[in-house]
Amino acid sequence: MFHDLGEVLLLLGRTFRALPHTVRQGRKVLEQLHEIGNASLLMACLLSLFIGGVLALQTGPVLAERGLHNFIGQIVGLSMCRELAPVMMAVLIAGRIGSAMAAELGSMQVYQEIDALRTLSIHPVHYLVLPRLVAISVALPTLVVFSILVGWVGGALVSVTNYQISISLHGYVKSLGNGVDVMDVINGLLKSLGFAVAIGAIACHQGLSTTGGPRGIGRSVTKAVVNSIVMILLLDYVFTRLLMHLD
Amino acid sequence: MSPASSHGVRLEVRGLAKSYNGQPVLRGLTFTVERGELFVIMGPSGSGKTVLLKHLIGLEPPDAGEILLEGEPVGPPETRSRHRVAMVFQSGGLLHSLTVAENVGLYLAEHRLKPPAEIRRIVADKLALLGLAGTEERWPAELSGGMKKRVAIARALVVEPQLIFYDEPTSELDPLIAVTIGREILRLNRTLGVTSVVVTHDRDLAFGIAHRLAVLHAGRFLALGIPAEVQAHSDPTVRQFLHADFRFEPKPQPGPVAPSPP
Repeated sequence: MFHDLGEVLLLLGRTFRALPHTVRQGRKVLEQLHEIGNASLLMACLLSLFIGGVLALQTGPVLAERGLHNFIGQIVGLSMCRELAPVMMAVLIAGRIGSAMAAELGSMQVYQEIDALRTLSIHPVHYLVLPRLVAISVALPTLVVFSILVGWVGGALVSVTNYQISISLHGYVKSLGNGVDVMDVINGLLKSLGFAVAIGAIACHQGLSTTGGPRGIGRSVTKAVVNSIVMILLLDYVFTRLLMHLD
Repeated sequence: MSPASSHGVRLEVRGLAKSYNGQPVLRGLTFTVERGELFVIMGPSGSGKTVLLKHLIGLEPPDAGEILLEGEPVGPPETRSRHRVAMVFQSGGLLHSLTVAENVGLYLAEHRLKPPAEIRRIVADKLALLGLAGTEERWPAELSGGMKKRVAIARALVVEPQLIFYDEPTSELDPLIAVTIGREILRLNRTLGVTSVVVTHDRDLAFGIAHRLAVLHAGRFLALGIPAEVQAHSDPTVRQFLHADFRFEPKPQPGPVAPSPP
């Protein structure tokens, strides 16, 4: 495990050093962005709508019983910004995009495409890892913004229509506005940026270290997704503590 | 040796050794490939051919020994770039996410060596040279095994190499296409004078094209010389490898035939 972690950090270091080449790889970054957006946007919106709705459904009646239903917007708003949107989107991206990255790079490794790049003096980190890492680092925070907005809408739909909560749309929006400020959104975006870098680095590392044919590719994909999710939850705690101190 | 040998580079290997998990795979190999020479390394499966090739191309570091291109160590990528080393992989090694034209022009495009129009012209020339004109927009998955190998050769030629490595260039090909590929390797060696190292277990190809050849077995060269010398070699393992064939004794008998209806 520590060996893998060390290799991921080394790959990350090499990718950071290659950042000045990003403009040169611009076309590939755009292709990756398109792929990530295409694969995830609809799913992200659907997931967020229901997360916001369930959050309101679980907390709303309890708050209403105690006469605190005016806090529902605040609770949904803060939970989506600070925790649910970044973590849920990161898990979604780890499953959909991390697995695809590991499979694609793993297959390139097994079928000697990466060796072929090396013999053409094309650095696999510049050509393959950098565009993917940059694209996922832009795409995940963007998806989180969508997720937050759609989650708020989901919470509003349930809060306004559920008879146990019975709050007006105006009341919900007012509660949301009172409880959430820009720093809460930035907090979530910073977290998601950290998650994106972790998912990209883990998936690319697993892909590039694939050995042993189609079974090896399967193993890499599984490891990429599982390790990414574990790392997301671990980093979530670290970032939360860190950002609480900064607050 | 080819008369047009001036464009190639000299490859020298001294005491090359490599082990994996304590198991020796290459045991102190020493040999030289002269400028413009077509050198074939043959041997049975598992003899260490592919590992040797990975070392020669600089993809693996040796445990001991050195590999020199015109006297410079092959390890640093700059040496391979300066001496323009190219490789044709067993599977072709084509990038499946790129078209044939993008694959062939990849080196020029990625290193921004030529403008796009010039790259298109060079790609068309190289594809035409290998009888693949008109395949520019096709995807590797749409090509036959022989076409993939020829596209891989075209991609290697774009580098204008001084040294080309071929890994099992005729594997998985029918005899007609295998002969075509062998002819291309020989023609490129003769016309461009490029030093060529072919790794194969195809005896017909090896004796058909080699200026010199070596037989690798368990990480050692059992024989090394011109084809006639290797053919006449007395080592029993070499003789077994060179003369194994399908003429079984006793000859297979036809199976029982069902009696025809009256």
